[in-house]
Amino acid sequence: MSKTLFDKVWDSHVVKHIENGPDVLFIDRHLVHEVTSPVAFLGLKNRGIKVLYPERTFATADHNTPTRNQHLPVKDPLSANQLKALEENANAHNIPYWGLGHKKNGIVHVIGPENGITVPGATIVCGDSHTSTHGAFGAIAFGIGTSEVEMVLSTQCIMQPKPKSMRINVNGALSEAVTPKDVALFIISKLSTSGATGYFVEYAGDVFKNMSMEGRMTVCNLSIEMGARGGMIAPDEKTFDYIKGREYTPKGNDWDAAMEYWKTLYSDEDAVFDKEVTFDASEIEPMITFGTNPGMGIGISNNIPLAETIDGAVATYKKSLEYMDYNEGEAMVGKPIDFVFLGSCTNGRIEDFRAFASIVKGRKKADNVTAWLVPGSHKVEEAIKEEGILDILEDAGFELREPGCSACLAMNDDKIPAGKYAVSTSNRNFEGRQGPGARTLLASPLVAAAAAVTGKVTDPRELMHEEAFA
Amino acid sequence: MAYDKFNILTSSAVPLPIENVDTDQIIPARFLKATERKGFGDNLFRDWRYNSDGTPKEHFVLNNPIYSGKILVGGKNFGSGSSREHAAWAVYDYGFRCVVSSFFADIFRGNCLNIGVLPVQVSPAFLDKIFTAIEADPKTELEINLPDETITILATGESESFEINEYKKQNMLNGFDDIDYLLNIQDDIEKYAENTPL
Repeated sequence: MSKTLFDKVWDSHVVKHIENGPDVLFIDRHLVHEVTSPVAFLGLKNRGIKVLYPERTFATADHNTPTRNQHLPVKDPLSANQLKALEENANAHNIPYWGLGHKKNGIVHVIGPENGITVPGATIVCGDSHTSTHGAFGAIAFGIGTSEVEMVLSTQCIMQPKPKSMRINVNGALSEAVTPKDVALFIISKLSTSGATGYFVEYAGDVFKNMSMEGRMTVCNLSIEMGARGGMIAPDEKTFDYIKGREYTPKGNDWDAAMEYWKTLYSDEDAVFDKEVTFDASEIEPMITFGTNPGMGIGISNNIPLAETIDGAVATYKKSLEYMDYNEGEAMVGKPIDFVFLGSCTNGRIEDFRAFASIVKGRKKADNVTAWLVPGSHKVEEAIKEEGILDILEDAGFELREPGCSACLAMNDDKIPAGKYAVSTSNRNFEGRQGPGARTLLASPLVAAAAAVTGKVTDPRELMHEEAFA
Repeated sequence: MAYDKFNILTSSAVPLPIENVDTDQIIPARFLKATERKGFGDNLFRDWRYNSDGTPKEHFVLNNPIYSGKILVGGKNFGSGSSREHAAWAVYDYGFRCVVSSFFADIFRGNCLNIGVLPVQVSPAFLDKIFTAIEADPKTELEINLPDETITILATGESESFEINEYKKQNMLNGFDDIDYLLNIQDDIEKYAENTPL
């Protein structure tokens, strides 16, 4: 029987199927961080059990860590307590722990792939909804709650009904300045934040085939923002080249054996999806959001849609615009901004810093803008330095911070003040997401860079052309 | 941790007729710093419920004494966003045992089931009827009947059935959790793991 990529990976991990109930799914690799794990470890303690397979779990500190002076003790006592709990729990259960200052430390979804923890055909979970990132490698990866973290720690399994399947095809070539982030924001704007709820998505078509691994990670990362459990892309030579030789990927004969399996990981030609949608790449332009969920995005040259044209509750839509202090029908280009945030598991990888630098090179940060540039990991930070990007950023008046989730969810000190506007490369523009009262405009690193040097929402193509004629 | 048994719940309900209520509204990230599961109810809907100086926002439904009960009724796509189970904990800790909506985000729904809060998905038309009934009489009661898988507006007798898989239903009725089940089949799991390289 023909199978989808998702079927192949899911079905091979089912330990037991419960009639009229969930599947017991074996989890190959498990990532934990300080925020969603302490109560799970406490649960193990209360039951008097140990972690069943500690070699399958990896721990890092990222969510509430400071992005400055990481060598000093963490000031916030609650954050410090959570970090201490993670370290103690990891040590007590022999789980590798990459805490603050460790060279492998970084955002959990950035360091997984970097260290070869993420491999094709694996099941990967983490108590974080953006675990979908790892699907870029042809893995089934999704976020779980703390009860499920406890399940994985204690039994290496979770219990989930098999989701439905959806394939999203984007064919053709992307236009200038259209990045993977724009592709994802475009799809979410079309499907809405609940359009893929109940589904696991496979991304297919020219655009994803031609996309870098970093770009694929950005797209899969945002799968959850359309409600999908996760998204995945069939592994190819690009995938294998990326992971080969990384610390936790198989070596020697094991690599050859793994490759044999990985090469079977694609959707059979006649595989049937529960839902299939197709978009034309040429329709996509650089995107920006104007409201309070990631589905409220438009091409940057467009105006904020009129309430009467939207699909959904008008009252909710108006409440959202009121929060943003925007009016329907207004243009986004030219709107003043106060902050720029480059980073997060969505856009905190080296390619994102290259893109940002390509725009700010030879320009200066606008005086009215506070910019937080936060690499996704120490490895990204190193690459930024090695490639000379740091010099470009510093010449333009920017400062590079230390790795972590930072202003994406503002658990640390990196909070956008109430009422201020931030162009952010992160993943959520929910009310208060980046700080109580903060207003977030989600966009790509190129759009963020254009805003950072002009102090307002600016189409990056304008700056790119300016450069061409200079 | 096994949780409360759920059978038939009859209660008035708190209406929140807003779509896409995300987990950052249910519990903002800055309140996720605890290492134990307690006290999250105090910060349920924190920024909708309180001003920045900590005084209650008069117009928010949780601050309106005419609304109370163990059932929270929300608009479409309730619980979207983050996987934080803290959102479900906050709902539970505040005193809710059931959330009704016309559509739930996946992870939030799963988290609720895992801690003993029953997510009840109804049709958009029935959701409207509930909101209308509560608007007419804030004390109107809903009956959530898990054994029969029905939800009824007691004042009008209008009723609808809802779905829950049999396994989860038994868990909720008996207060079992998934770890109890998984620990019971550990031999099967270990056999599987032997044949699964890292």
